[in-house]
Amino acid sequence: MQLARYIAGRLLLLLPVLFGTSVLIFLLLRLIPGDPAQVILGLRATPERLVIVRSELGLDLPIHQQYAQWLGKLLAGDLGKDFRSNEAVSELLRVRLPVTIELTLFALALAIVVAVPLGIRAAIRPGGLADRAAMLLGLLGISIPDFWLGIMLILLFSLGLRMFPSSGYVRLESDLVGNLRSFFLPALTLAVGLAAVLVRMTRAALLEVLERDFVKFLRAKGLRERLIIYQHVLRNASIPIVTVIGLQFGYLLGGAVIVEEVFSLPGVGRLIVSATLERNYPVVQAGMLVVALLFILVNLATDVLYGLLNPKIRGDGA
Amino acid sequence: MSLLSLRGLSTEFYSGGRWLEAVSDVSFDLRPGEILGLVGESGCGKSTIAYSVMQLLAHNARISRGQVLLGETDLLRLEEADLQALRGSRVSMIFQNPMTALDPLFTIGHQLVETLQAHLDINMHEARRRALSLLRQVGIPAAEERLRAYPHQFSGGMSQRIALAIAIACQPQVLIADEPTTALDVTIQAQILQLIRRLLVDERGSGVLLITHDLGVVAQVCDRVAVMYAGSIVECGEVAALFAAPQHPYTQALLNSLPSHRKARGRLETIAGRVPSLGDRPAGCPFAPRCPHTKERCENGRPPLIKVETGQEVACVLYD
Repeated sequence: MQLARYIAGRLLLLLPVLFGTSVLIFLLLRLIPGDPAQVILGLRATPERLVIVRSELGLDLPIHQQYAQWLGKLLAGDLGKDFRSNEAVSELLRVRLPVTIELTLFALALAIVVAVPLGIRAAIRPGGLADRAAMLLGLLGISIPDFWLGIMLILLFSLGLRMFPSSGYVRLESDLVGNLRSFFLPALTLAVGLAAVLVRMTRAALLEVLERDFVKFLRAKGLRERLIIYQHVLRNASIPIVTVIGLQFGYLLGGAVIVEEVFSLPGVGRLIVSATLERNYPVVQAGMLVVALLFILVNLATDVLYGLLNPKIRGDGA
Repeated sequence: MSLLSLRGLSTEFYSGGRWLEAVSDVSFDLRPGEILGLVGESGCGKSTIAYSVMQLLAHNARISRGQVLLGETDLLRLEEADLQALRGSRVSMIFQNPMTALDPLFTIGHQLVETLQAHLDINMHEARRRALSLLRQVGIPAAEERLRAYPHQFSGGMSQRIALAIAIACQPQVLIADEPTTALDVTIQAQILQLIRRLLVDERGSGVLLITHDLGVVAQVCDRVAVMYAGSIVECGEVAALFAAPQHPYTQALLNSLPSHRKARGRLETIAGRVPSLGDRPAGCPFAPRCPHTKERCENGRPPLIKVETGQEVACVLYD
């Protein structure tokens, strides 16, 4: 019951945050030099044509009126139309959003599956083999840039070993295996940086919990060490781990832009990049707003998870 | 027959490139139905003895010599799996700070049940029933509801009662209580000590090793007491006899430094000098540098415990 009220409260807070975000996106975009009308008409357009196109796009209005117009449509559920193709922006996003979401979730899953168990083993035996492997992953993962790793993976696994496709996208509905194959290398590229942060966090969080008094008491009770680690210590260490995963989700969304470009995946990141180059305001604005919303929702989910993990935060009983 | 016997136990810590002896050649017996106080200043090795018995020493510590006998079993010869089976069932331990001794993320009921199920072949229903009865035994009101409560919802005294319930869940023969009341206020302290005496000694005939730096606690509940100084036991005996006629110069000085209503008002006595650090304990009697009776012989090795006329055992060359 308390949890439901908490979530409702947080969802209500979403409104001012989204409003602020929309203002920022709107203003920042207009600070970038360049004229959409010029981009559409080309360099040899006549001044008269430019004026006409600008007024068609609503760019001749004062900036606060432009914003009010956009916001009004937004509230009515209309994300606007692509300046160039005249397609509905909502349709563009509907097609591309699943690609980005699948990519980030896949990367998240890969990072968790590798980093969390490795971090646990590293903490149980500091200085052991797993600990050294964790250190190596932590160092390399942070140091290697996404775009370079992506290219190297393509060289090795696609062009060299021919195990995975180098680019392109297979829809989930049409071919599950093909879909997972097409996503594996991009997700791996994206996962490495997150895994590096996660393995260090898991190790440090576990080491901290292992020092606590209650672990001594659990041992004095005669519980098996496996039970102590995997039930008690891991659950206590999970709050910092979940925090890192939530925060790093933003990094994943940012990284997705580059990775989608390297692997030619038709996701939101690529859409925003190309739309920005074209000064395609409606597409960039809507795309960024959706990404911001995703990030906020993930953070909300993280906070709800805290409550589920820790009775003290949940405010249970008493 | 004694429940727990230490025979010449020495425990060392690795520090600064060498092994330093924190506990030197300690021997004592804990008999059924008694509370043995282990008293001494911070750093004298009391807690190290507790962890040596439980075989839960830190990674940088090791037992270098001696035996720890639980009944007939030499604990130092057991595998980890056998030790796990003994911990919490034949020998239990409670700690100084009850507020941090319980896992904050699990209910009290869970932490009781998991202990019972680790050692006894009983089903969930039976484990719950026993957990409830244990909470009632240690005096937790509304026990049925409180099984579903979390540690942060209890006060320090209540938490120590719960830790005690967990410790006695499998009817241990030996309880090691490491400063169990130091973090609690005085009235709660008395309640917990009485509870320990009633549940373990009076009702079950178990033995309790009570580690404390508080001579008041010793006088209040212990049957016998061992006084430690710098890693060794310097005097050991019945509480009444030892308090009435302390024999070792350290014990005498210690009791002299206590405020007392019998003595005239004035400055309290102190012991000159300070406790030697782990790195530079003297080779002979550890108390020699601060002792008013020091002789040349005091430097020839640590004196053994010798039984004296008043009944206690004393480690001092004065009684040779």
